[in-house]
Amino acid sequence: MSRLLVNTKLLRKILVDFIREEVCKTGVTKGVLGLSGGIDSALVAFLAAEALGPENVHAVCMPYRTSNPESEAHARIVADACGVHYSVVPITPMVDAYFEMFPDTDNMRRGNKMARERMTILFDHSALHGALVLGTSNKTELLLGYGTLYGDMASALNPIGDLYKTQIWQLSEEMEVPREVIDKKPSADLWAGQTDEQELGFTYREVDELMYRMVDLRMTDEELVREGFPTEFTAKIRERIKNSHFKRRLPIIAKVSNRTIDRDFRYSRDWGK
Amino acid sequence: MDFTASLAQIKPKLGCLPENLATIEENIVRARKEGSDLVVFPELALTGYFLKDLVPDIAISLDSPEISRLKKLSKDIAISVGFVESTSDYRFFNSSLFLDKGEIVHVHRKVYLPTYGLFDEQRYMARGDRFRAFDSRFGRIGMLICEDLWHLSAPYILAMQGATTIVCLSSSPGRGLTDDEWLGSTIAWQRLNATTATFLNARVLYCNRVGYEDGINFWGGSEAVGPCGTSLSRAKLLEEDFVTAVIKESELRRERILAPLMRDENLPLTLRELQLIESERGRT
Repeated sequence: MSRLLVNTKLLRKILVDFIREEVCKTGVTKGVLGLSGGIDSALVAFLAAEALGPENVHAVCMPYRTSNPESEAHARIVADACGVHYSVVPITPMVDAYFEMFPDTDNMRRGNKMARERMTILFDHSALHGALVLGTSNKTELLLGYGTLYGDMASALNPIGDLYKTQIWQLSEEMEVPREVIDKKPSADLWAGQTDEQELGFTYREVDELMYRMVDLRMTDEELVREGFPTEFTAKIRERIKNSHFKRRLPIIAKVSNRTIDRDFRYSRDWGK
Repeated sequence: MDFTASLAQIKPKLGCLPENLATIEENIVRARKEGSDLVVFPELALTGYFLKDLVPDIAISLDSPEISRLKKLSKDIAISVGFVESTSDYRFFNSSLFLDKGEIVHVHRKVYLPTYGLFDEQRYMARGDRFRAFDSRFGRIGMLICEDLWHLSAPYILAMQGATTIVCLSSSPGRGLTDDEWLGSTIAWQRLNATTATFLNARVLYCNRVGYEDGINFWGGSEAVGPCGTSLSRAKLLEEDFVTAVIKESELRRERILAPLMRDENLPLTLRELQLIESERGRT
């Protein structure tokens, strides 16, 4: 029995209010986000449209030449469905120009470069539209470190970073995200036929049930075994969370003064707002 | 006596005293217009909650212009409001005031400063060292601040001093989303308020805030609870609101006759047992 069921109406209200309040208190009324054609960014587009009004949300689709054409088609369907502004900025010229200098690169480097290329475009569009960049990383990928630091993990604020993928699916149903986007297999779309679950080696539903118990309920390994999770799986996920922790933190600073930023110089970001 | 209490469920701005004072003033004016005898504001209404290193910068003393202004506003309505109090020896307290007739009737300094989970209060603030009930024109009152109410002994001590109304100022972050109708924190607080009122045959006036600070929501849901544990009036969840309840003397009388728990409470026995526990501690 899943422990991850949530009251989606209440969740919707909290996240919509979060976007509206946290964007508007900075003196800005608009948001910009990358729309990949996948469910996470689709959900954020729907939430942002409800929070800020669709006319104040700019969605940018940034395909690479190897991206599945279906992704761009789905991004357009999502933008049409929630009524946000939509534009397409292909990243092929910039990414290929770079890799002409480094022809022997593996998929990981290529994928990271693409993610960071998209980030620079979003932050440029942030300045272009006077809009804050909305994050689209969910809790599952943040905990697993399944994202690119300063790439898709970069944003000004993230409405879905505390939702497991399983909960993303639930809320997407409530928000009426287009069916084809909810139903398709999650993919980073770095190369043809890639799926997240194939690459990770487990399903989101499996790992979400485990991480909810491990992280949120702080169950011990013995308890997790009793809950039916194989020891090797538990160990592997614990290791992944630990090894990717650097991605969830700001860069560490060598301390020499009495008041070092974020160590003993501590203020909320909403300071004065 | 019967009295009318308003709960001003506001959204303070973090570290912005002048703006928050203006919001508080607007709500006082509204409460007065609506004929309320008492208006309650949330914990740290004057400052916002996740202050961290801002604490010394926004702390004010009891003779500050802001408190003088609030005293003036209390000439014809009682006010309970939260702020950061600074003392002459540079300690900073998470405090609440009870003002009436232009004077400070009582100051409570939060005793239980949570420093677990998402909380970090005791890093920045000093701990209060007493729970004292006080007399008001609405009978005897005890003030508590948020976490204080989660310690059974706190409202118990106030009730033993004769408090028949517990005023609780709160900044409770919303968390614990499940498939329940409400957030875990909402469910827990509603249970706590009802249970406290029932156990102590007392009213609970609970005022929580709303708004977001660094992504953390405050869930609102302020409520006035009668001495039998039923909610008399409840504010909206997650929205600014202003609710008023008539607090009736007759209900208190009826409840105290029906279930005279406070009359029967054996304070000497409790004290004896607690002293025994204290003396036996550290022996093992």
